[in-house]
Amino acid sequence: MNAAAVKPYGDTLNDGAMQMSFTLPMEFSEAANEAARQLVVKMGFKDVAVAEGRAIADGFSFFVVYAKTPQAVDVSAIGAHAVRESSLSMDEADALIRERVKRKVRVAGACIGTDAHTVGIDAILSMKGYKGNYGLERYHEFETFNLGSQISPEELVRFARDKAIDVILASQVVTQKGSDIANFTALGELLEAEGLRERILLLCGGPRVTNLMATELGYDAGFGRGTLPSEVASFIARRMAERARANV
Amino acid sequence: MKLELDPGVIARCCELAGAIAEPVSDFIAAHSTVAVERSVLRLCGVDGVTSDDVPLPNAVLDRLPAALREGGVARAFGAGLAHTGLDSLGLAGAIARGELTFDLFSAVRETAARSAATAQVTRGLERVRAARETRAEALERLPQEPPPLLYVIVASGNIYEDRTAAVAAAQAGAQIIAVIRSTGQSLLDFVPFGATTEGFGGTYATQENFQIMRAALDEVSQRLGRYVMLTNYASGLCMPEIAVMAALERLDMLLNDSMYGILFRDINMKRTFVDQHFSRMLNAYSGIIINTGEDNYLTTADAVEQAPAVLASQFINEEFAHRAGMEDAQIGLGDAYEIDPDLTDGLLFQLAQAQLARQVFPKAPLKYMPPTKHMTGDIFKGHLIDAMFNLTSVTTRQQIHLCGMLTEAIHTPFLADRVLSLENARYVMNTARHLGDEIEFKRGGIVERRAQDVLRGAAALLESVAERGLMRAIEERTFADVSRSPDGGRGFEGVFERAPDYWNPVEEALQRQPVTA
Repeated sequence: MNAAAVKPYGDTLNDGAMQMSFTLPMEFSEAANEAARQLVVKMGFKDVAVAEGRAIADGFSFFVVYAKTPQAVDVSAIGAHAVRESSLSMDEADALIRERVKRKVRVAGACIGTDAHTVGIDAILSMKGYKGNYGLERYHEFETFNLGSQISPEELVRFARDKAIDVILASQVVTQKGSDIANFTALGELLEAEGLRERILLLCGGPRVTNLMATELGYDAGFGRGTLPSEVASFIARRMAERARANV
Repeated sequence: MKLELDPGVIARCCELAGAIAEPVSDFIAAHSTVAVERSVLRLCGVDGVTSDDVPLPNAVLDRLPAALREGGVARAFGAGLAHTGLDSLGLAGAIARGELTFDLFSAVRETAARSAATAQVTRGLERVRAARETRAEALERLPQEPPPLLYVIVASGNIYEDRTAAVAAAQAGAQIIAVIRSTGQSLLDFVPFGATTEGFGGTYATQENFQIMRAALDEVSQRLGRYVMLTNYASGLCMPEIAVMAALERLDMLLNDSMYGILFRDINMKRTFVDQHFSRMLNAYSGIIINTGEDNYLTTADAVEQAPAVLASQFINEEFAHRAGMEDAQIGLGDAYEIDPDLTDGLLFQLAQAQLARQVFPKAPLKYMPPTKHMTGDIFKGHLIDAMFNLTSVTTRQQIHLCGMLTEAIHTPFLADRVLSLENARYVMNTARHLGDEIEFKRGGIVERRAQDVLRGAAALLESVAERGLMRAIEERTFADVSRSPDGGRGFEGVFERAPDYWNPVEEALQRQPVTA
């Protein structure tokens, strides 16, 4: 592989082969088939083959297309965004906090805005955890508060101030019409306005969250699909330990 | 295909569910809620909004003094009708604008107030009965395909886009369409008004949105020669009001659970128990099939461990539904295919759970929910897991089958996602149509032993709930690992004790008329 020009792999290096499927809002016909092909050609693809085209409802047709892209990506120019630190075990994370922070770390988590999908935040916080990986409630050195669903940024910030929270975990599953970004942004701005941002480790999570997006929104980190509780716990333990050292 | 199950344990579970529901029923009989009273107003024909967009049922009830409210809104509103000679809408509008106040009607005689309110309620219930008859006639004329009935959701936020999606799904084989509600609607203590084009993660449930969708589905039902059903959510703080709207606009099913709101939305348990009872009385009368929400136990905790809780909840849901006058054929008890796909013999456990429910509740139109928790961005694997779910459903004769989406974990379904999902279900269910009639499970094998274990586990759980009482059991984290206190949660302030002379003509009429299918 040439890191300066990486292309998709079908069955031969650099063939650029890709599959895609989409719907067109028109009755299926030969013309619709040709429209699908031309659309993909317009995207810059070569060797465009419409493998499947058919009517799926009145006024809608569906296509599966194979094509080859002439484009390539220079991987060496990509900054390392989602660097995953190695995870500490529960005992290691607890020990690190005990030795460096010398008190329990207070963590508050919530599904913010109108989002009622607590699957993610529950997986990270609840005793039981996720995939056999214990949640933060199980850690000795975390004091966790799971505020549950549909918590407004205002409520969360008030809670953080009243309970002297060290770490906020904001979760968003619903992303329709950018509601997740709007809520994350509102929370960050509110913490700034209240003068709490510096003191609080601000993290976000959700199936569509990436670390890059989180840092762009001014968060300390973002955790996406498949994140294990221990990854979040390790991140918190390490950052809190660093902060404790900086404050000595 | 039959599993060997101890009928004594099943009978004991039913008995325990009765013992669990009994004290709750006493509580329900002694209380009402703001949502119940607003439902009475809606059935009297109160609909619309004030100039500030406050729904009229809310505006009227908010102006009713607490002392009068304890006697039920119907008497006070009936007194207003008798006193003014206005119709329901005229009176409600005048009260909402502050032009009339309830104290003006205090001299009206009890009989006059009651007869004025009863006339309105009778007219409302007449409309409900007519809708029920229209449905029965349509099902006769446009018969559905055999179950499992394929159920898909639409959720664009815009009712007009939803309509397009629903019609396309019906053409691709969907037999039931659900319009997912905007996230957060369950926590609103009012029902939004009018056609809506903005929502998050779904579309607001409003009476006009119900009408728009019902009309579109009636049209496509006619074209396809088979009746396409419509469903929505009678849950949250407006459970009984949604039941009224659904009854008037001829929805065919409603999500309606006796405990879901308490556990998963932190709605006050007393509010929920009173509201679920009243909404189910209405559902019984309107011929609506309810779907219960046991699938939620499985999405928030481990599906293998939670199996007994699902069955226990099914017994409790069934008992509360029976107490509200619902027939078995209206009680769509829920379950879901949520076992970790990496678990060896996971399919056997799914078959055990689904067949167990089939045998324990032989007449219930069981609702089977698709995999969601273990769905990832890998649509190819997701499509495959959905196929196994489809196979389990047809083999164990589930009745209401919510089709799994290959893009479950990615976005609210695209138009083509629904079509691919329906094609998956139709293929599997056709190719394996009579598999369940042809196979026997091994006596004492993995599937049978698992079903027996789950049944015993459910019985033990119900014993412990019966011993402590349902409200305390919920407080002590018996269900879904959450604790809710009897006076905590949202909507508690809307629960009130009935005065000795409390009068609710809707309840009276529904209790008087046993439902005939």
